Order: sequence, then structure tokens, then C-alpha cells
Amino acid sequence: MALRGNLRDFTVTQLLNLINLAHKTGTLVIEAPNEVAKVSFRDGKLSYAQIGQDDGHLASILHKTSRLTTGQLRAIQLRATHVSDKELGLLLINAGHMTQDDILSSLQSYFTDMVRRLFTWIEGSFRFENDMMPPPDRITVRLDLENLIIEGARQLREFEQLQDEIPSLEMALRFTERPGSNLQKMNLSVEEWRVVSYISPKNTIQQIASAAKMGDMEIRRIVYGLIQAGLVEVVRPDGAAPVQERARPAIPVQNREEQKSLVNRLITRIRSI
Amino acid sequence: MQTVKMVVTGPFSAGKTEFIRSVSEIDVVATERKISSDSERAVKQATTVAMDFGRITVDEDLVLYLFGTPGQKRFDFMWEILSEGMLGFIVMVDSTRPETFREARSILETFRAYAPTPYVVAANKQDVDDAWELEDMRHALRLDGKVKLLPCVATDKDTVKNVLLELLYSILAEMEGNEK
Ligand SMILES: Nc1nc2c(ncn2[C@@H]2O[C@H](COP(=O)(O)OP(=O)(O)O)[C@@H](O)[C@H]2O)c(=O)[nH]1
Ligand SMILES: [Mg+2]
Repeated sequence: MALRGNLRDFTVTQLLNLINLAHKTGTLVIEAPNEVAKVSFRDGKLSYAQIGQDDGHLASILHKTSRLTTGQLRAIQLRATHVSDKELGLLLINAGHMTQDDILSSLQSYFTDMVRRLFTWIEGSFRFENDMMPPPDRITVRLDLENLIIEGARQLREFEQLQDEIPSLEMALRFTERPGSNLQKMNLSVEEWRVVSYISPKNTIQQIASAAKMGDMEIRRIVYGLIQAGLVEVVRPDGAAPVQERARPAIPVQNREEQKSLVNRLITRIRSI
Repeated sequence: MQTVKMVVTGPFSAGKTEFIRSVSEIDVVATERKISSDSERAVKQATTVAMDFGRITVDEDLVLYLFGTPGQKRFDFMWEILSEGMLGFIVMVDSTRPETFREARSILETFRAYAPTPYVVAANKQDVDDAWELEDMRHALRLDGKVKLLPCVATDKDTVKNVLLELLYSILAEMEGNEK
């Protein structure tokens, strides 16, 4: 019987629960609007995970978990193309650069993070491929799913709360008139920054999310944080101009006289500083 | 209410943060510390990146935001995102550090490729004794005679205002040029 369906009807947490209980072996393939994830299991335990553009190679994973510097990664990518992950792992261990535990714990934390990311996916289809396993040269792990399942359930509750706080993604955001003083000490993450750079009363939260390639949960969490920090407020979208990826006119659509008047107002203001 | 933005870019330590701070009515959101590779390793979990973010309220309906680009190379990918929808940009160059001119030039080219908006180049730190002269910088930076290269001292509000005004004049001139 094929295990396939839609995330709207069956959450990632529920899928993990099922895989755990049935001691399943194979690969769960999830196709979301922007990305595809492949998560492999053996006897109901997590063994490997790969999402989207990530190559899932040991060197990239060790780099992402800060075990390799960018320079080292580049050197490996350039000069070790013919070396399998298992060989590379052995080389690194033999060179005394890291221990087997270092490698395994890097992989575990990376794969766990991948699964955590899946908890934020609420749109997409899934299927379980019994015969699909990660490429044979990859190093796999054996991780119990229980803790992840508990975390997923907790996130689901958080998501429900966020949904209460920000009920509609069809609303827009704008910078508040008087940002709170806590703004001064604010250190934005790259994701928050991405969102901030798209903020305009013309863009709905949904449009910002798709321009920034974020899922519903991720965008809600970031927007909620920005609201709490007093940086932005939710407003009714102003017109329905979509977020364009590129080549948007420098000044939001207006006629030329209005544009010139806008620039003249800026000039007058700056002269008066 | 309408918001417009300008981007302040340039190599690390050119004076972007200082520039924005001089005219912003809110404290610039964050300054950047040079992260050594060791401490960079230490912050692996919650990586945050400081961003310069200043604001000038024009009137009830119009606000200008100044965004500084992050200096760390690994955040280059943010440039394209920041340049989207900008009115124009300013390339800050440290007049006392010729070794950064090549990088400044390449940043300028990159931004020009992202958006065909007007820009100006600010020759910053002109108050320092060994600052290069403007004409020498123009040659070293390979700037066409039409490109505005303006003297600047980021801590001196008047020179910062002048740089912003010259950029706005270029923006206006371009709008008028497009009309014909
Ligand atoms: N003397 C002088 N120092 C400046 C000027 N602009 C910036 N600085 C100093 O140069 C250093 C780097 O400036 P900062 O704004 O942080 O550079 P950023 O990396 O481009 O943001 C700081 O110590 C500033 O105080 C200037 O015009 N003159
Ligand atoms: Mg700075």
C-alpha cells in the first residue's frame, strides 16, 4: 500500500510517528512549493536527510556544523571530487583532524536540523519510497525519532498560537512611526533581514514570504518577532502590486510629476537637517 | 504612507555606519565588529548579522530609509536583496586606504548590475592627513568624468548631507532626462 498524501491532511509529525511505530525502512520524499526533501529511515530510525539544493555531502555538512572552514571546504570540493564520503571521513579521522564521534555528532545534528525545518512545512505532498535509500557512499546515522516527534508536536502548538497572533497573511506590514528603543540593540538574523528588506504597505505578508522563499510558519514567526520588537505593524495592503523579483521601478508606481515632487520633498528635507 | 530607500555600500571600514548615523533620526540599528574566524566558529548556532539601518522622516506621508550593506564577504548575497527597489546608492570609499579601491570598484560594478539607478561615490575620511586627493582617486577608481565623486567626512553632517543631496539631484536629473 502506497504511503502518499498531502501535508494538509497529514503533518510531518504524524508521519514520523507512523514511521517510528511501524519500524519503516525507506525514504520519505516531501515536495513543497519551493523545495524537495528526502529523509531516509532504517527500522524506524532516522538515518539520512537532504533538502533542496544542499548536496548532502559530508564536507558540506562538516562545514555547516563549523567543523571545516570555508577554505578547507573549498579545497576539498576542488581537489577531492573523486573521494567518497566514507573515504573522506576516514581521511579526516586518520589525519587527526577530528574523531569519529565528531563526524557522527555533526551528521546527527545536521540531519536533526533538517527534520526540524520540515516541521515548518505545511504545504506540499509526500510519499514514502520503500526501495529508496541514500547513495551507498554516504555515512548514515541511527537516531531515535521520539524526541523529534515531541518537538514537532510542540512546534505545532506554537504554530497554532502564531496563527492566532497573525491570522491573515493577506495583510501588509509597515515600519512603525516610532520604533521602540529596543530597536537600538536589535541584531537581526539573515532571515529577519530578508523580510525587513521587503517590508512595504504594498506587499502582503504572503508575497514577502514567497519572495523570501519562506514557509508560512517561518514568516509568521519572524513577523511576530518584528512586531514584538516594535519595528513593524500590520496594516491593510495598499493596492495590490505584487512583489516583483527584479527590475521593479525605483520608485513605486506613480506618474512622473509625483515622482519628481517626491524627490523634491526629500531634497527639501535633507537640506533642513 | 510611502517609504523609499537608499543603499550605502562600500568596503569594510569605509565609514558606512558613521555616514548613516550622522543623519539618521533613530540610532543606527547595529554596528559591525570584525569577527575573527575563531569567534565566528563560536557563534555557529545563532548567527546574526548587524545591519545599519537609518531613518529620515520627510513628512507625514514620506519616510526615507538608509540601508548599509554588511561588510562581511559571506553576506554578499544580501546585496541583491537590498538593492531591490532602491532610489539610488552611495559607494563609500576610505580615501586613506588605496588597498581598498579595487574592492570599492568591484562593489560599484556589482550594484550597477543589480539596478540601473543613479549613484554617487563618496571619498570618505577627507579630514585625515594622508587622504588621497579627489582627482587621484578618480583615476585610481577608474571613474568616468560624469560620475560624481564627492569629498566626505562621515562624522561631519554637512558633508553627508551634501552627498545625499548630490545623489538626489542626479535622481531628479535622470527623471527629467527620461521625459524627453
Ligand atoms: N577620521 C575619520 N574617521 C572616520 C570617518 N568615517 C568613519 N571613520 C572611522 O572609521 C572607522 C570605520 O567606520 P565605520 O562607519 O564603522 O565603517 P563601515 O565598516 O563602513 O560601517 C570607524 O572607526 C569610524 O569612526 C571619517 O570621515 N573620518
Ligand atoms: Mg558598519
